[in-house]
Amino acid sequence: MKEKISISRKIRSALLNILMYASCAVICAVLVGVIGYIICRGAGNVTMELLTSKPSLLKGTVGILPNILNTLYIIIMTLVLVLPLGVGAAIYLNEYAKNKKVVRLIEIATETLSGIPSIIYGLVGMLIFVQFAHLDTSLIAGSFTLVIMTLPTVIRTTQESLKTVPNGYREGALALGAGKWYTIRSVVLPGCVDGVVTGCILSVGRIVGESAALLFTAGMANEILGMFEFFKPKMAGSTLTVALYMYAKERGEFEIAFAIAAILLVLTCAINILSKLSAHLLKKKGCGK
Amino acid sequence: MKRVASFIEKTMSAIFTVCGFLAVGFVVLITGFLIVSGLPAIGKIGIVEFLFGRVWASTASHPSYGILPFILTSVYGTAGAIILGVPLGLLCAIFIAKMASKRVGVAVRSAVDLLSGIPSVVYGLVGMIIIVPFVRETFNLPDGANLFSAIIVLAVMILPSVISVSETAIRAVPKEYEEASLALGATKTETVFKVIVPSAKSGILTSVVLGIGRSVGEAMAVMMVSGNVANMPSLFKSVRFLTTAVASEMSYSSGLQREALFSIALVLFVFILIINLVLNLVVKKESE
Repeated sequence: MKEKISISRKIRSALLNILMYASCAVICAVLVGVIGYIICRGAGNVTMELLTSKPSLLKGTVGILPNILNTLYIIIMTLVLVLPLGVGAAIYLNEYAKNKKVVRLIEIATETLSGIPSIIYGLVGMLIFVQFAHLDTSLIAGSFTLVIMTLPTVIRTTQESLKTVPNGYREGALALGAGKWYTIRSVVLPGCVDGVVTGCILSVGRIVGESAALLFTAGMANEILGMFEFFKPKMAGSTLTVALYMYAKERGEFEIAFAIAAILLVLTCAINILSKLSAHLLKKKGCGK
Repeated sequence: MKRVASFIEKTMSAIFTVCGFLAVGFVVLITGFLIVSGLPAIGKIGIVEFLFGRVWASTASHPSYGILPFILTSVYGTAGAIILGVPLGLLCAIFIAKMASKRVGVAVRSAVDLLSGIPSVVYGLVGMIIIVPFVRETFNLPDGANLFSAIIVLAVMILPSVISVSETAIRAVPKEYEEASLALGATKTETVFKVIVPSAKSGILTSVVLGIGRSVGEAMAVMMVSGNVANMPSLFKSVRFLTTAVASEMSYSSGLQREALFSIALVLFVFILIINLVLNLVVKKESE
């Protein structure tokens, strides 16, 4: 037997339900609209010529190969620097630090870093690396800036993973006479590889999408840099996102901008799927403990 | 042999300690550089004149450096984005957490994650091509690049953080609350809105503060859709935010103008620190 509820209650519930469905529909429509529009307008412009040449007035080519390479260089350089630092910091927090206040201080600092907007990173990066350290606008100055920016991500994911390594492992190794460093190297670190990988993927996502922090640090040049030139000072270069901004805002060449946007979207999707996979692995291990 | 081992132990311990304090060092470094480069200009211009001056004319023959337009634009823009984005995001989070079937929930959730990964310049580009002309046509304006367009773009950009944090908060509400409410005869919808949402309110508040942080700090997307003119804010005027004020003049600035840009960055930094502080307080209250 079902008791009847008053009409006004029914109406109110129905209204709220409708609102809920509507807002979900709006959000999904926005996503589908944005992605669909960019793919429609951009995918047709992604040609082999665009991907394999550099912008040149003489040859009449407009290519984004330099930007693709610059993005790769910056990703590699940033990861090489940030991984040891971030993993080291996480190990300190989880394995060495004894003072609770110190841990809290470092955690507050990390949270502060992750809350700072990228435009401020760009500005401070310009002050510190471009001017103070005399690197000029260069890919290396850009990478240093991104190292500070991605550090909190790497620390957090590694720390979460370190917490899932059972204490018994550490105690076992120590009881067998291993030193602290040996224990960390042989027992703890192999157990947190998944956290490091997750941190890596998230950082790559952040670097690929970053533009404000790179505008004033890595510069806007579109030249192809050789394999061993990119870590020298004064070698400026724009990544895909900065190039997109320049093409759309400063030059009004929307066809190229949309082509770059389409490429960026595909990259974003790939990174998204990868990070889901690795987070899934991390979670699975956490539960299996 | 033993001496070598203990030497290695000590070295590694020192290296890890240094890594650990790196984050603290970076925060100090950033704060230090911003204060050192930002304060002189504030001193020269005068703090009242700088913060409350209504005219920004950095390249005029008698330059005037008032950043009130930028501050108000950032405040209004953020408020607008919150007013549009939070109800939308919150309703969506409730739907994902409580109403949707598992498969639909996962699908919407993935969509939201994807939204959060899209680079801000891509949002800016779409805003430039779709929203700006749309606003111009709909409201019959000479230029569609204004505060209103920026608010729409910002509202979309804060959705992912609002949704994911509130969803987590809603899921964390004990099942007993829901069951008790249902047992008393409330409908599913009434239970969700009158019992679950109020119990998750501190988590929802956290998501709002995160959204505020994200929208105050956004630069590139806003730069592409807001028109970038130093007007006092009004919904259908071209405006300049704190973030875009720094970014737009940096490449050609010099002298006091350049120093004033660093001062703007300092003001922005203070805003962000305040937001972080509020966030910490909210989270702390929640854990109690």
